Amino acid sequence: MKINPDKCVACGNCTYVCPMGAIYIDPAIKRATIDRDECVECYACYNGLSKENLNPTMVRTMRKVFQLMRLRFDPEPDVCPTNAFEPDELVWPRVVRRAFSDPRVPHESTGIEGRGTEEVKTNDVSGRVKEGEVGFTIEFGRPGVGARFHEIERMSMKLAAAGVDFEKKNPVTTLMTDQKTGRIREDILNEKVMSAILEIKTTIGKTEEIIRLVKEVEAEIDTVVALGVGVRCDANGDENVVAPILEKLGYGLHRAKTNIGLGRITNPDAIEAARKEAAGAAK
Amino acid sequence: MFAICSRGKNDKDALPKLRQFLQMAIPFKPVNLGDARHGGCLRPSDKLSPFNHWNRDLTPDLEEVVRGLDAPTTVAAVFDNRVAAIDFLKKVKEADLGVSINISTSIENAEACCHEVGIPRHSVGYSLGFEGKTEKLPNTQTMMLSTMCGHGMVSHSLAKKMIDWVKEGRRTPEEAVTYLARFCSCGVFNPSRAKRVLEDARHAMK
Repeated sequence: MKINPDKCVACGNCTYVCPMGAIYIDPAIKRATIDRDECVECYACYNGLSKENLNPTMVRTMRKVFQLMRLRFDPEPDVCPTNAFEPDELVWPRVVRRAFSDPRVPHESTGIEGRGTEEVKTNDVSGRVKEGEVGFTIEFGRPGVGARFHEIERMSMKLAAAGVDFEKKNPVTTLMTDQKTGRIREDILNEKVMSAILEIKTTIGKTEEIIRLVKEVEAEIDTVVALGVGVRCDANGDENVVAPILEKLGYGLHRAKTNIGLGRITNPDAIEAARKEAAGAAK
Repeated sequence: MFAICSRGKNDKDALPKLRQFLQMAIPFKPVNLGDARHGGCLRPSDKLSPFNHWNRDLTPDLEEVVRGLDAPTTVAAVFDNRVAAIDFLKKVKEADLGVSINISTSIENAEACCHEVGIPRHSVGYSLGFEGKTEKLPNTQTMMLSTMCGHGMVSHSLAKKMIDWVKEGRRTPEEAVTYLARFCSCGVFNPSRAKRVLEDARHAMK
């Protein structure tokens, strides 16, 4: 993202809306400026601010007059008065920032918007996490801190060494050069993103070990982590297996995403594939 | 409550079903409605008039959200009371859309909804909260506002600014909430709860 200095009037509205705090008014040029190293290309400024398309010279003159009179105009805080934001043509590896930061852009690897993951939100259709299994989502950077891939790699390598399976339909997994070691491609390691999620699956018996391992790495990296644990409920809709383990580890279980199981496979080719799989299993 | 299809499994005929989900929610008076490509029912404008500084239209346009859905994506309806959520869930169950339906709320609330509607939970994704360098995070009230958009598009700075503006009397909580909601890219921001948070923040000054 860039700010057109010919249009910017240094109103300062955008400095507040940037989730990374990467926009500031540069006193030398008296224009809003983006710290490109901190900017994660989330487009919150471009997509979230309303645009007024006012004449910059007129707005600057008015602001100068008000300033001289020690008056302050009290504008709407979610407006760019001169439509000064202009998207950059992003190239590799910087384009990775936007893929992981602008939730309106579907991830190329999974076709999914947001953070590009389905997790247990579609478990009734995908069957991703089965009874006896636990799906972990380890999210880095959100809210408002951001994360670089070298921090994510520290976690993925530790997890790989513990023998977990990385979810294949996951944007971070697709950026690994080797899923056995959890190593992420070198050219993106210093790229900063708003949020990225590692998805792994393991057996219920390894739940405690994985959580302890995640906590170890959390202490070594310079960002925040949000841990999610996805499990399959029993036929009655109860889940009394993983919850006690989490409570034993000191987690108060308050919030969750609950999949109520109303989904089903409807794509003709997926129905056929499921039928073949069931026939193969029966043999 | 949100509806989502699984890529390669049930996405081919999902668009009309997702649109139906949104349309069905409207009579139950959701406080927000949205999709992951276009945001919620309060959206930024590309051609705002300068006169809008004095008379900005704060009315959510729920029908526009339904009309604007143009591709299979995650769609969400947000409710601020359990009765409406349960009634809507009954309707969703009857409609048998075939896409995955999820409830994002407290575990107790979700269990109560499922029990009331007679649906056993299929899977649950526990949110265990934030860990790691939590010293980089702001105070609780700011976090309550900024994390209402699950993608982190509502910045801590704007949330803090709105708390300050409400405290100073420069904006009402209702006005402040609309500014924040426009940055949420998927429509799960809860304006009703945000208003309560802002009112609490103002009273905390006394």
